[in-house]
Amino acid sequence: MHAFDPTLLRGDRASVRFEPGPAEDKLILSMGPQHPSTHGVLRVMLELDGEYILRAEPILGYIHRMHEWMAEQRTYYQFMPNMGRVDYLQAMAWNWAYAGAVERLAGIEVPERAEYIRVIVAELNRISSHLVWWGAYLLDLGAFTPILYAFDDREVILDILQDVTGSRLTYSYFTFGGVYADVPADFAPRCLAFTQRMRSRLPMYRDLVTDNVILRGRCEGIGELSVDQARRYGATGPMLRGSGVASDTRRAEPYGVYDRLDFRIPVYPQGDAMARYLVRTDELETSCDIIDQAVAGLPDGPFAAKTPKTLKPPKGEASFAVEAGRGKIVVHVRSDGSPKPYRVKLRAPCFSNLSVFCALARGVLLADAVSILGSLDLVIPEIDR
Amino acid sequence: MNLELLLRLDYPLTRLIIGLLGVYAFVGINALVLVWVERKVAGHVQLRPGPLHVGPHGLLQTVLDAVKLMGKQLVAPAGSDKILFWTAPILAFTPVTVCFLPLPFDPHLAPIRMNLGLVLILAFSGLGTLSLYLAGWGSNNKWGLLGAARAVAQSLAYEVPLLLSVMAVAFTAGSLDLYEISARQGGWPWQWYGLKNPLAFFIFLVCAVAETNRAPFDLPEGESELTAGFHTEYSGMGFGLFFLAEYANMIIVSGVAAALFLGGWQGPFLPGAWWFLVKIYCILLFIIWLRWTYPRVRFDQLLNLSWKWLTPLALLDLALAVVVAGFGG
Repeated sequence: MHAFDPTLLRGDRASVRFEPGPAEDKLILSMGPQHPSTHGVLRVMLELDGEYILRAEPILGYIHRMHEWMAEQRTYYQFMPNMGRVDYLQAMAWNWAYAGAVERLAGIEVPERAEYIRVIVAELNRISSHLVWWGAYLLDLGAFTPILYAFDDREVILDILQDVTGSRLTYSYFTFGGVYADVPADFAPRCLAFTQRMRSRLPMYRDLVTDNVILRGRCEGIGELSVDQARRYGATGPMLRGSGVASDTRRAEPYGVYDRLDFRIPVYPQGDAMARYLVRTDELETSCDIIDQAVAGLPDGPFAAKTPKTLKPPKGEASFAVEAGRGKIVVHVRSDGSPKPYRVKLRAPCFSNLSVFCALARGVLLADAVSILGSLDLVIPEIDR
Repeated sequence: MNLELLLRLDYPLTRLIIGLLGVYAFVGINALVLVWVERKVAGHVQLRPGPLHVGPHGLLQTVLDAVKLMGKQLVAPAGSDKILFWTAPILAFTPVTVCFLPLPFDPHLAPIRMNLGLVLILAFSGLGTLSLYLAGWGSNNKWGLLGAARAVAQSLAYEVPLLLSVMAVAFTAGSLDLYEISARQGGWPWQWYGLKNPLAFFIFLVCAVAETNRAPFDLPEGESELTAGFHTEYSGMGFGLFFLAEYANMIIVSGVAAALFLGGWQGPFLPGAWWFLVKIYCILLFIIWLRWTYPRVRFDQLLNLSWKWLTPLALLDLALAVVVAGFGG
């Protein structure tokens, strides 16, 4: 093994910028962008002493697609499909945030049935997103089997959503003033059947996976995030709730019909990877509760408000916050009165959550860094946008 | 050297050559079957059928995969040490075949019967670690280097309790000959050393999983951490030999476990070799089942388990076995 020679990496700006630190006998290691546990195209430069990490620096931009710029080139309607591509696992939440911001800007009232449908599909989507995270995280920890059980459950959700939206991943189901189409007749019973199935599976997952000694050993006390640190880095969602703060946009700034629904916000005070794990697995259950209530309260009526063919919101700006599976999404839209937005700003929770990683990974083992990275629940396209 | 002497079956060299050929055939066929079994078990554990379409229930899938591996280009990365890089996979596989020689499949079916068979197996299986280290070092890859360092530390930590647990059985049987040790046990489970000394059996099984680098102790590969660890840079048959060696190693540790703890070839109704195979496959299925159930442990946890728990327990077990053997014998 040769000593690290920065000139070997000439032309690779990220690597050259990452100069070796003062420690001796260290190893500069580029983890990613093609690495099994960086979930896509995240690249992390590591400075290692043996297997201990002295320094970690994430490098972004491998899947930057200029969504915010694209918003300025398209009409309000045309930009909606982009939102599903920002975070492919939680297209509904992003759709909702954008639709909500534009509705606020243009003063569009959403019919009650549409609000209920939005809650149901968004919660279904949250469950499917958490299931993917659950499987992928355990894959990071070396357990191969759970991801197939997670995908087996997720398949049911995707089938339901496919019949509702015609799409399995990037739905674009929301439109300004409601949803694109009404739900099929068997939608409600299928949702209830799914929540029943999910609830029957959860005890098995708890017994076989969550209570496993090896898993506990890999997660407990790893990547402890204090409340103060979480606030300074702007961490939201399960990250913040795993640090003991009962912060949830659905409760703090209720949107849709969340203020009419009764649900628990799971909070764990430890702040380690296990706390984040437990928050997310508990949220599978609370989402099932929400779906049950929303399906029971689903009213009749129109599924969308009448909106003009060409939407020209009045001059001004509006933002809309949504609690996604990964944290708080904020979409801020500014209008100059034309059919195209003047500026759209997307606040992606993963970006803030990832920034915590540098602090958490300092001084831990490489295997723990993988565990921490997995517990952040990152979707890289959302970070780069 | 005259030809007539060479062709006599009891001439040691002839016996060795025939034995080696038999071992190669046995390892080759069993590795193919074992990979298929592993994928089938993994499939059924994971709610899917596993290989299904090539041959009956996908039986020929692994044969095709092997052919594919052989057809692939062998690539050595720039800056690698070519000699070490290509020595490593060969070195991984060769000692494995030697380890098969003293295994008694049957009272009359052991390639070579020797009174120090157990020592031979333990000595040669230690060579496998060297090949992992050479592979990681020679490929000039940082992931490979980390995997190699892990492999050495891990095999060092687990060889100690493994040897101690084996020694306990050797003391009880009063022999290092695998044939002798098997013969001392009977055909029924209560006559097996595995039940007479369950602690040694347990320690041996855990160490065997760790020594063969199988999950949950597959840290030298650790694919979610080290991409592929020591064999990151290997392609084609270079990788294929490591793969083959892993499965051959599994068969050996299972064979040793069957001979030491499960009464070897002895059992009712069936002829000996079949019982031996049945016992080997039971242990193999257990190892496979472990892999598809548990997450991977962290490195310090792995070493803690060995030095803080298994080694003291194995020492205690050895002391007990010596006392019992001393008073009983």
